Amino acid sequence: MKIGMAGSLESNDALITVKESSVINIEVQSIVDAFYHDQIVQVIQSTLDAARINAIDVVCLDKGALDYTIKARLLTAIHRMEVRHE
Amino acid sequence: MSKLSDYLPPDFKPFVSSDAYKQKQRRLISEKEQSQSVVFLHSVSEVFDALNLHDGMTFSFHHHLRNGDKVIGLIGEEVHRRGLKDMTFAASSLFPNHASLVDLIKEGNVSGIIANYANGPVAKAISMGLLKKPFIMDTHGGRARAIESGDLMIDVAFIASPAVDKAGNGTGRFGPSACGTLGYAIPDLHYAKKVVLISDYQMDHIEEAELNHRYVDYVVMVDKIGDSEGIVSGTTKVTRDPVGRKIARDTVMVLDKLGLIKEGFSMQTGAGGISLAVVEYVKDLMIRQNIRARFASGGITGQYVLMHEQGLVETLYDVQCFDLRAAKSYRENRRHVAISASEYGNPFEPSPIVDQLDFVVLGATEIDLNFNVNVTTDSLGEIIGGSGGHADTAHGAKVTVVVTNLLKARLPIIKEHVTTLTTPGSDIDILVTERGIAVNPIRIDLMNQLKQKGIQIVKIEDLMQLSYQIAGVPKTLSHEKTIIGYVRYRDGSIIDVLYKKM
Repeated sequence: MKIGMAGSLESNDALITVKESSVINIEVQSIVDAFYHDQIVQVIQSTLDAARINAIDVVCLDKGALDYTIKARLLTAIHRMEVRHE
Repeated sequence: MSKLSDYLPPDFKPFVSSDAYKQKQRRLISEKEQSQSVVFLHSVSEVFDALNLHDGMTFSFHHHLRNGDKVIGLIGEEVHRRGLKDMTFAASSLFPNHASLVDLIKEGNVSGIIANYANGPVAKAISMGLLKKPFIMDTHGGRARAIESGDLMIDVAFIASPAVDKAGNGTGRFGPSACGTLGYAIPDLHYAKKVVLISDYQMDHIEEAELNHRYVDYVVMVDKIGDSEGIVSGTTKVTRDPVGRKIARDTVMVLDKLGLIKEGFSMQTGAGGISLAVVEYVKDLMIRQNIRARFASGGITGQYVLMHEQGLVETLYDVQCFDLRAAKSYRENRRHVAISASEYGNPFEPSPIVDQLDFVVLGATEIDLNFNVNVTTDSLGEIIGGSGGHADTAHGAKVTVVVTNLLKARLPIIKEHVTTLTTPGSDIDILVTERGIAVNPIRIDLMNQLKQKGIQIVKIEDLMQLSYQIAGVPKTLSHEKTIIGYVRYRDGSIIDVLYKKM
């Protein structure tokens, strides 16, 4: 199983884990879920789109990270997944 | 939009304005009968028998032992053991260590709770709607008013007293659980129908006892009334976060430009990390410019003790010692003076300490475009705190400054409307964030003064928009409209409603 992780559970950060999958599956657990759930899913989706990834499993444990943090953690997690299994 | 008055029971009056109390007369019930002699007992159970305690009574407690208090748990245990029902617990504050009350709420032993602050499992249980009667939240000064006016009638005050003497006097200065001043217990001592001191340390004689034996009916000696470690406030750590430091520096700069830090001034600060950093910077400025303060008040911290001992602050007016260094200072320093909750913040006192403050620096969980502040619930409506002295000092001080980060874990702190109203915006003058300083438009005087000194002022609306640009616009939530309690303003009017958590 190919897997990659990036981030932390510190306040204002997010811990993102990606795994290979046959479809796109995005799971978000956030301390600001009531206010920003849709926006977090959207930034993950658009980051995947921009990276032309159409099959991956993403788990985001969010502690109030801003969009650019989520994007950076996601891209790093994907990079680590690929590098580790080259 | 519906009005607050639509939600109030007929005996509750809606909030009008923060100075409406000036049109009202002070109401005073007569003080409790003085006891002929104090009876010493050796268990909580004996005092329940002696006073013939029964269903439906109201017991009161203070929170000077904070998160180390064992007395509420002890009394709760006895209520539970006897299967008493429908009791009301009126505690000045409730902390995480009072978790054992949750079962009493669930089982109907406790059906009413009144407090100025609540945090932890009990607050959570109340937010979930488990308490049978509405939860009432007072301010520190408002609780004193409620007690003296008979709005809050106390059958028995169980007062944790770190030391007692043979005559039945009590003090917070001595004993293994010495916590310092006992200001919040004084109204209870004077107006409860019966007063029981709970202690774990006996002395021959106490000089200048805060708790005078004439009001005391029983003293119960138990093994332990508290853990001194838990007395230290969890919030009392100076921030090292550079953003918090910047907010603190800017706050002191503003106070200085307004000419508020001058010989003989008076101040109070909250116990949040930024407020504590403010005190550090004020101290630096005082030393540099050789300025001494007339007094500092409030929950006194070790920081203020040092300033007092260095001759920078003449007098400490202390309703509640926030840490053990403050408790020690109260025991040793003559100008570290105990004040009661009423002398501190009761609007009907002739000259409460809060009215003599030049400035106060306070925190906020939320602040809205009208400068209204919420420190009672989080943005989902869950109870996480309460006014304490927030609304009292905000009204009394000449200048009230709120310090906060623009965002906390993504959530914008500036809202169009606060989730819960604790302190009315008419009493909040200045907001300092890391991205700018906003002044309440009703304080044109302050606005002009700061502009003349070259300080850049931004609109609070612009700060909110800036936080939206950074974090995105938070989704608007639709409230579940089950009322679980009321926020009672210091004058006794109801300023907001508490809803079951979304």
